[in-house]
Amino acid sequence: MRFKLLTLFAAALLVAACETSPEETAAVDTSGVVEQPAAQPVSPGGPTPGSQEDLLLNVGDRVFFAFDRSDLNSDSRATLEKLASWMTTYQNVTITIEGHCDERGTREYNLALGERRSDAARDYLVALGVDGGRVTTISYGKERPAVLGSNEDAWAQNRRDVFVVN
Amino acid sequence: MNNSATSFVSAVALALAVALGSGVPARAELNVDITQGFVEPLPVAITDFYAETLEESKTGKDLAGVISADLERSGLFRPIDHGAFIQDAASLRKGPRFSDWRLINAQALIQGSVEMQPDGRLRVNFRLWDVFAEQQMTGLAYFTTPSNWRRVAHIVADVIYKRLTGEDGYFDTRLVYVAESGPQNRRVKRLGIMDQDGENHRFLTAGNELVLTPRFSPTTQEITYLSYIGEIPRVYLFNLNTGQQEVLGDFPGMTFAPRFSPDGNKVIMSLADDGNSEIFTMDLRTRGVKRLTSHPAIDTSPSYSPDGRRIAFNSDRGGSQQLYVMDSDGGNVRRISFNQGRYATPVWSPRGDLVAFTRMSNGEFYIGVMRPDGSGERMLTKGFLVEGPTWAPNGRVLSYFRQTPADSRGRVTSKVYTIDLTGFNERELATPIDASDPAWSPLIP
Repeated sequence: MRFKLLTLFAAALLVAACETSPEETAAVDTSGVVEQPAAQPVSPGGPTPGSQEDLLLNVGDRVFFAFDRSDLNSDSRATLEKLASWMTTYQNVTITIEGHCDERGTREYNLALGERRSDAARDYLVALGVDGGRVTTISYGKERPAVLGSNEDAWAQNRRDVFVVN
Repeated sequence: MNNSATSFVSAVALALAVALGSGVPARAELNVDITQGFVEPLPVAITDFYAETLEESKTGKDLAGVISADLERSGLFRPIDHGAFIQDAASLRKGPRFSDWRLINAQALIQGSVEMQPDGRLRVNFRLWDVFAEQQMTGLAYFTTPSNWRRVAHIVADVIYKRLTGEDGYFDTRLVYVAESGPQNRRVKRLGIMDQDGENHRFLTAGNELVLTPRFSPTTQEITYLSYIGEIPRVYLFNLNTGQQEVLGDFPGMTFAPRFSPDGNKVIMSLADDGNSEIFTMDLRTRGVKRLTSHPAIDTSPSYSPDGRRIAFNSDRGGSQQLYVMDSDGGNVRRISFNQGRYATPVWSPRGDLVAFTRMSNGEFYIGVMRPDGSGERMLTKGFLVEGPTWAPNGRVLSYFRQTPADSRGRVTSKVYTIDLTGFNERELATPIDASDPAWSPLIP
């Protein structure tokens, strides 16, 4: 059931992508304003609009960072632009941005680094026009890895911000 | 370093000035030279403390056992197996036959007795003998409630340690730490506390919220730590006598990395505001807050020098995570770590002469020490992840935690260790479950 739904969504997204010309995409990027709602309820039984599941499917609930860095790369900025648009659609939604680190740092420094990471995403959302009052941040440092394991793969996935609908 | 005074007599202790033997105490005497890197442990005979009744005898045996374990764990002493003893307990009551103890190569002899008093208190006394000089080195008596026998054993061990090494002991102390269980992504963390030998263990929090980095007050029975109560990370105080927790201040952002000032009147910590971490102090009496750093870089992990005049901290203001020292008003900031790699968690020694730290270099973590001016850097231990040194109150022994890399099922173990300042005598401190973030108490008042 869930798999079918995902397939359906993927198809819908594909169609949406085809309908957008490259020029229009570029315009969206430079203006920082996305006019087309990124998410629409596609079928009965899909995720509740404005829910965490909706965010996960239509925006992506996380961005990643390089080791000991908190600057946003182009992928992260693209995700945050979708998130800004999504939050424009769902004006009553507030979110928490969790900043996380890998285990290759010390606890207190990583709390500070996680705070910096969550704040970098928040700053970008605010720059894109999202009301800062709708975005809170929290740092978990290295305390809540997403992926278990002590290898580069796991560490790369654990250096992240996660967007949580309140 | 061997001419220790006998001024350690506390209010509860009665000096047994009357030695069994005669003569003036010799000064060119037995001592452990602990200035060298590796010390051959001194063989010592620790006899079961003598008692008249069966129950008291058990306490006497337990006392000797705890004293023996304390001294052995320091790495500086080697208690001799009781099976090798020649002189029996009854005749030892009348005085040591030093030739018997020399035969088994005992350098020092410790004897004692236990006696229940009419008022219900326990009287414990002990004597420390220099076997080759045939001199009593010290002798003391203590009165205590019977349930408190373990502390008396640690206090006796501290007296012996000081008499033989010239340095203050550290056995009558505790450690607070973070007890860990469950998988890494849903790790349950609780505050735990135990004597320095792992006994009298208890949990202080239930594990409902994430807790990190507990630290002892130097003056009161309080701990400051970070808790995620209500999913808001903030610095708290925990009162060990009442069990009460209290949030420190009402700041807009996360407060973390707390430590007490040496006089116990302030907590120094980081406050993250708009993503930027700065160092603040809060006066615990007035609740007045003072900002010490003002820099767009991360500033965290502050630790006062024991005289309260300087603060070591961690910052990436130079581009990578390094150690800095500033005056206690925030002025005169200078970097002190310059070797390869990143540096973190500076912790000033209680003696003031060294700063312990965590260093990360080439995929490994190290625990090391350097002088407060950055000179004399040396590593004590290393591993996949070793972190968070804390000093025993005598500045001689450190504790830290060691975490293993995840196994094929993603499981890790984390354990607390102790190590001598020389880098020798590294030992695991057994805890009921996984452990991290140890913090050593001062000597119990």
